[in-house]
Amino acid sequence: MNARVPILNLSVGGLLARLALLIIVILWTVPTFGLFISSLRDKDQLAISGWWTALQTTTAYEQARTPAADAQVNIDGQYVIAGSFFEEGDTKRIRSFGGGFLPDNDAIEYLQGEQQGIRDYEPGVPVALEGGGTMTVNADGTFELVSPTPFEFERGQRFFYMAEIPPRFTLENYQEIAGAEGVYQAFLNTLTVTVPATIIPIAVAAFAAYAFSWMDFPGRRFLFYVVVALLVVPLQMALIPLLRVYNGVGIAKTYPGIWLAHTGFGLPLAIYLLRNYIGTLPREIIESAKIDGASHFQTFTKLVVPLSVPALASFAILQFLWVWNDLLVALVFLGKSPDQIVLTSKLRELIGSRADNWEILTSSAFVSIIVPLLVFFALQRYFVRGLMAGSVKGG
Amino acid sequence: MDQLANALLAIVVGVGALLLYYYGTNWIIDTLLADRMTPQGVVMSGRTRLREAIRPWLFVGPAVFLLGLFLVYPAIQTFILSFFNATSSNFVGLRNYQWAFNDGEFLQAVGNNILWLLFVPFVSTALGLVIAVLADNVRWGAIAKSLIFMPMAISFVGASVIWKFVYDYRGPGATQIGVVNALVTHLGGEPQAWLTIPFWNNFFLMIILVWIQTGFAMVLLAAALRGVPDETIEAAQIDGASGVAIFFRIMIPQIMGTILVVWTTITIVVLKVFDVVLAMTNGQWSTEVLANLMYDWMFRGGGDFGRGSMLATILMIAVIPIMIWNIRNFRKEETNR
Repeated sequence: MNARVPILNLSVGGLLARLALLIIVILWTVPTFGLFISSLRDKDQLAISGWWTALQTTTAYEQARTPAADAQVNIDGQYVIAGSFFEEGDTKRIRSFGGGFLPDNDAIEYLQGEQQGIRDYEPGVPVALEGGGTMTVNADGTFELVSPTPFEFERGQRFFYMAEIPPRFTLENYQEIAGAEGVYQAFLNTLTVTVPATIIPIAVAAFAAYAFSWMDFPGRRFLFYVVVALLVVPLQMALIPLLRVYNGVGIAKTYPGIWLAHTGFGLPLAIYLLRNYIGTLPREIIESAKIDGASHFQTFTKLVVPLSVPALASFAILQFLWVWNDLLVALVFLGKSPDQIVLTSKLRELIGSRADNWEILTSSAFVSIIVPLLVFFALQRYFVRGLMAGSVKGG
Repeated sequence: MDQLANALLAIVVGVGALLLYYYGTNWIIDTLLADRMTPQGVVMSGRTRLREAIRPWLFVGPAVFLLGLFLVYPAIQTFILSFFNATSSNFVGLRNYQWAFNDGEFLQAVGNNILWLLFVPFVSTALGLVIAVLADNVRWGAIAKSLIFMPMAISFVGASVIWKFVYDYRGPGATQIGVVNALVTHLGGEPQAWLTIPFWNNFFLMIILVWIQTGFAMVLLAAALRGVPDETIEAAQIDGASGVAIFFRIMIPQIMGTILVVWTTITIVVLKVFDVVLAMTNGQWSTEVLANLMYDWMFRGGGDFGRGSMLATILMIAVIPIMIWNIRNFRKEETNR
């Protein structure tokens, strides 16, 4: 950044300005950040707690059932049932338990709305059971029921506990969207649409831009005005007749069909942007090539194209992002079958069908935005240049 | 994977065919219309002239053909179809337009579109300008701008998921996992299903577009601000002008051209906005907009091409003033060149 005269140079104003900027930056990044964090969280935790608590241990009321009496073994004259309420590898811990078949602990008072009995007993301390014997529940979920007389319950006995769930980050959500949801197939479909639809218009537009810049032909000016006019024509204006043509020719719902459509729709910007650049190449260079006996074709391929790489790259990025992120053209010209549906269209379907499955929505959304974000951060300079060259200058 | 191979093949075939076309046609006219000498050794200029008159058309030919096929012809056709019935079989005159102006949904969409047109370009441009000024004076300004610019790379649908999560609603008493409702309940308020509150929900959708477009405004305006000569600002500072006065009296007038460009560009984005509404509410709870309504009619009940075309035409009419303004600017620029 080049040094320049600061406008807001009062120290208080400067501080306020910094603070304001910081707040805006936070406001702008938090939504995306929240999505990303959420996509990496355990799906059960994601459903019950905000992503900003992702690093905190959460608590949840849960219930468990002891095994039935036929699981008991006789050890030294004592009847014992032992085991664990948690599955192997579970990182949960029991903070307190009670309720269900356990006798009430009158020493504990409960607030309104609180699960009754849940705080009756602490882990590690044996609880006397009504039918005789004791049950000990440990914080790690292991338990032991011990009694001098045989246990007689035919079904497992139910009780409640308050679980402490430590934060858990995982890639499971990203595995889940691979299968039934077909998000990765959609990723491939999007890639299939995007790459040709980015490269083909460049070739067409570059030749045209050269002609508009350095060749003389009747109607040149008028045709270019048409290009400038087409820059702002809403796509909606083209959809219905094209759909009819596509249905007639039989290229509706095919990849070549959508490649062509994106090529056509991308051309006005491509020609405009490339002409702005190619037109400002020094006249001497073009003319000296002509004097050396180069034809227009040679001048174009050997001289103009290599010199125009920055502009070509700028347009390529704009078009890549535009096609990758497009929903409308894909909805109209491509099918929704698994081998054609693009990421944006898939994501839109998931918003409808999996509205409450945030683990699926967040991870799918992230898959759909990661490539544009990488392109954006890696090639930001070209992107900015393209945006500036692509806007019709005013004044 | 097969399909990616096909895509790569398409690139090779597509680009190859194009190069073959350009190279081939140029070769043909160079050969058939090669310079021929008169016996006196003078180049016959007729052939040269003919050859060089044909060549530009070889260069612009494919582009003109594609523009014609994919934009000009369909646009004219859409205009014509807007005077026909659903299946485009009968001329119905202005009946589609008449129907629209008596249709509640259409009028709602027009009203909402006007709201969008008033709110989004103004807020995005103003915020973009403020951020451009703020970031210019801070050492970490480049990073800040980069982060604010980032949503520009995110699709409207992706942004919709991001913001749906922000606005997420759970019944009162449940733990809110959406940021907004968590904040509201934290401050003692009642959680709200934001997207279902008529009128205001439009603004919650607009915020998404502002979030995306502010970075665009900021980038263009920052570049324009850098073009304001230092001397002008220094002179004003010596004269004792305050920062605010310099901003409003000197900088804004100097970059007015860019402000207008940003404004009109965002205006066009707003007119075409479709994905956000489709993904967030699909026009429910009084959030309909023209572009979504157009898409809807295109397929509703097997597709009503008459009404769909009529709606597209109305969007087009809204864009025409900007189109004319663009062409005027472009002409002015050309004559200054």
